[in-house]
Amino acid sequence: MSTLLEMREITKEFPGVRALDRVSVAVKQGEIHAICGENGAGKSTLMKVLSGVYPAGSYEGEIVYEGDPVAFRDIRDSEARGIIIIHQELALVPQLSVAENIFLGNERATRGVIDWHETNKRTEALLAKVGLREPPTVKVDSLGVGKQQLVEIAKALSKDVKLLILDEPTAALQENDSRKLLDLMLELKAQGVTCIIISHKLGEVRYVADTVTVIRDGTTVSTLDARPDLSEDKIVRDMVGRDMTHRFPEHARVPGDILLEVEGWSVWHPEHAERRVIKDASFTVRAGEVVGIAGLMGSGRTELAMSIFGRSYGRNISGEIRLRGKPVDVSTVDRAIDAGLSYVTEDRKSLGLVLDETVRFNTTLANLPGVSSGGILNRNEETRVAERYRDALAIRTPTVFQKVVNLSGGNQQKVVLAKWLNTAPDVLILDEPTRGIDVGAKYEIYTIINELAAEGKGVVMISSEMPELIGMCDRIYVMNEGALVGELAAAEASQERIMSLIVNE
Amino acid sequence: MTLVQGGDITEKADRPAKGIGDYLSSHLREYGLLFALIAIMAFFQIVTDGTLLRAVNVTNLLLQNSYIVIMALGMLVVIVSGNIDLSVGSVMGFIGALAAVMIVHWDQSVFVTVVACLVTGALIGAAQGYWIAYWKIPSFIVTLAGMLVFRGLSLWLLEGQSVGPFPSEFQVIANGFVPDIFPAGVGAALAALFDVRRLNVLALGFGIVGAAALVWIGLRQRARNRSYGIVDEPRSFFIARNAIVAAAIIFITYKLSTFRGLPNVLLTMGVLTIIYAFLTQNTVIGRRIYALGGNAKAAKLSGIKTERLTFLAFVNMGILAAAAGLVFAARLNTATPKAGFALELDVIAAVFIGGASMSGGVGTIVGAVVGAFLMGVLNNGMSIMGIGIDYQQMIKGLVLLAAVVFDVYNKQKQG
Repeated sequence: MSTLLEMREITKEFPGVRALDRVSVAVKQGEIHAICGENGAGKSTLMKVLSGVYPAGSYEGEIVYEGDPVAFRDIRDSEARGIIIIHQELALVPQLSVAENIFLGNERATRGVIDWHETNKRTEALLAKVGLREPPTVKVDSLGVGKQQLVEIAKALSKDVKLLILDEPTAALQENDSRKLLDLMLELKAQGVTCIIISHKLGEVRYVADTVTVIRDGTTVSTLDARPDLSEDKIVRDMVGRDMTHRFPEHARVPGDILLEVEGWSVWHPEHAERRVIKDASFTVRAGEVVGIAGLMGSGRTELAMSIFGRSYGRNISGEIRLRGKPVDVSTVDRAIDAGLSYVTEDRKSLGLVLDETVRFNTTLANLPGVSSGGILNRNEETRVAERYRDALAIRTPTVFQKVVNLSGGNQQKVVLAKWLNTAPDVLILDEPTRGIDVGAKYEIYTIINELAAEGKGVVMISSEMPELIGMCDRIYVMNEGALVGELAAAEASQERIMSLIVNE
Repeated sequence: MTLVQGGDITEKADRPAKGIGDYLSSHLREYGLLFALIAIMAFFQIVTDGTLLRAVNVTNLLLQNSYIVIMALGMLVVIVSGNIDLSVGSVMGFIGALAAVMIVHWDQSVFVTVVACLVTGALIGAAQGYWIAYWKIPSFIVTLAGMLVFRGLSLWLLEGQSVGPFPSEFQVIANGFVPDIFPAGVGAALAALFDVRRLNVLALGFGIVGAAALVWIGLRQRARNRSYGIVDEPRSFFIARNAIVAAAIIFITYKLSTFRGLPNVLLTMGVLTIIYAFLTQNTVIGRRIYALGGNAKAAKLSGIKTERLTFLAFVNMGILAAAAGLVFAARLNTATPKAGFALELDVIAAVFIGGASMSGGVGTIVGAVVGAFLMGVLNNGMSIMGIGIDYQQMIKGLVLLAAVVFDVYNKQKQG
């Protein structure tokens, strides 16, 4: 196979930091090339160099594409050569239709007048190609994330793509949607499209990739042939620069008495009054226990957690919640906090943090009375509290006065955890606590979870990553379509058993 | 937790800068505002042959802008909470009209009138805040409606006429001066010393004590930051900034003291500014307002009663708009149907010039006050120069645009 793309000794500097240090990658014609690395390793920067977001001249090194040295001035330049990048945050206009999105900026028009017949016909063909059975006129915001992803790929195909770059395409997807997407990649490969995939999920990398390049701290660590016997451990080792024999820290737990009991919990949809989102859910959490809730996206896991936590979701909520055997009032968020509940949201950026504020601001936000008297803040005390959590959770920040927007995903997540630990909760509900953070930071979050359990707190862990639940939890509830359909002890849990509980329901 | 790898690019890039140049570029906004105010004042001082800083004009400048400053305090809170209030000009006019009608037509006492007006202001704020907070109607729309409604109500209440004059007890709200409590001999002696006609010792003393207090608070803050190892303002900057601010305060109060002394309004304004600066920076409720504007969803999920907070921000705005209405009516000594027309725009402009962000969560009281005075000095200076109202409007508009462009440019450069 000939080489389609070669990036040679790419060095990119930002004021005060070298993001890429002589990185070299060679992508062969017709292969799927995975780029792995922790958050901040420089993967996205490298792709921005390639696609012309950082124009030629702003970096050192050489890019050879289809045999010629190229110097892209902007994204249009690279697109003209068939290099299309699909970002993690999808770039679709939700209010426009699928067809309008696919041909946005590339409209099928004569003298400014759009030919809708042609647009829709070509959209249908493209949708068939990516296996999306939706009419071209449907609005993008009525599609799920998985389908939106397919629309993005259809859009890329509409531009005669030669090199398709997918930046963490499955980060927001469910297992079965991810699988479909990966299969589509393999199909595109069969049709001759070369792909670069950036992913944290090593299982996926192994599933699709022909070659794996591992980047760490802005340098190329290794280029590995993905088949036949490449082990995930080898990739992880290269990514973090150390041996990682255990993906989950050791834990030996002895769960105590029942802390939290939820009984007969039902919730109706806030807008569609006839839809029952949570159906008669009951579960318990013991002191010192980590309980998992598995289920597909849309199965109602987040809705269950949010409706318990101060009725932040849904209406006509019924059921009983007991803490240490006594019924408690958790009808508003502040009452839930007072009762000893904490909820670490799934989406830390939009629901968990005030991004433009400091680590200190965010750490104390849920318990300002704890650092004030008579409504007046004691800023020294506040700083002490924030520094205590910074040290306890190893939040890597120069000072607690750093804005959280400048921290990495893993450190941001620790700030959210700090905020909730500062409310001295008995029970923590963690919704996707490790989403979008790198392997090393995940390990640290797991360690924190273990420490919390060791202190006798009850932890509820909601996750889409089944290995994580199996590796961390004492018991796992399986949720499907708003109901808890099964319960597995840690010893008997496996991905297959969880999936079969979901599927058989 | 032994796993340590330092791969994070953004973290490295955003470590606090060490050099003076870096410090200046990351705090350009705050210094920029101060420098702009000084530069504009210096410019007008020169082109008006010293008229700008004459005692009578300094007094005038403070009185003229007092109601803008008072409303800017409330507007800052509203804007930080992520909202806007377009009705304040109309509300201010309406309250002035109410005060005039109560005193002149209904023969109410000044005390009853003032209390009734402030309560009415609170109710107006509550009425608007209710829709915004609990019904989630955009504040732009609710207060746009309010702007029309209260403009209409003023017209109706005044029956299209001007109503006045006010008794002198009411006028002192805006035009009175704090009497000098020091013996006349001291003032006379100092006046002789400075070679001026008269000198109000209280006003000058007030300025000196105020300046000293500011420097002391600054020093304490600096010492505390040091003890936490925060990379701090370079010493030279700290000294220069404090020297300029202290000198300006003493200079202004000196000018005031050679005229009629300390205006009541300045005292009101000063006290309110200090209260609101403290409220926004040092109290739980202030902190929660920033959280609300910074990320309403995160604030709500942190147990903050966001609806009530929004509601209170508008109640507060209503009270301050009422206070401004009283000052405005007292200053003009009459209530007219056009009072406060388009004033909301000056107030909002002051807050944005002062560095607040349209999207909420960002802004300071001191910035808003400085922004208000910056606009005030522009108005006053251009009027002295005899520049027509047409050019004045254009220049003010461009200044607002420039300030915000400067903000955005700065942010992009850092991001």
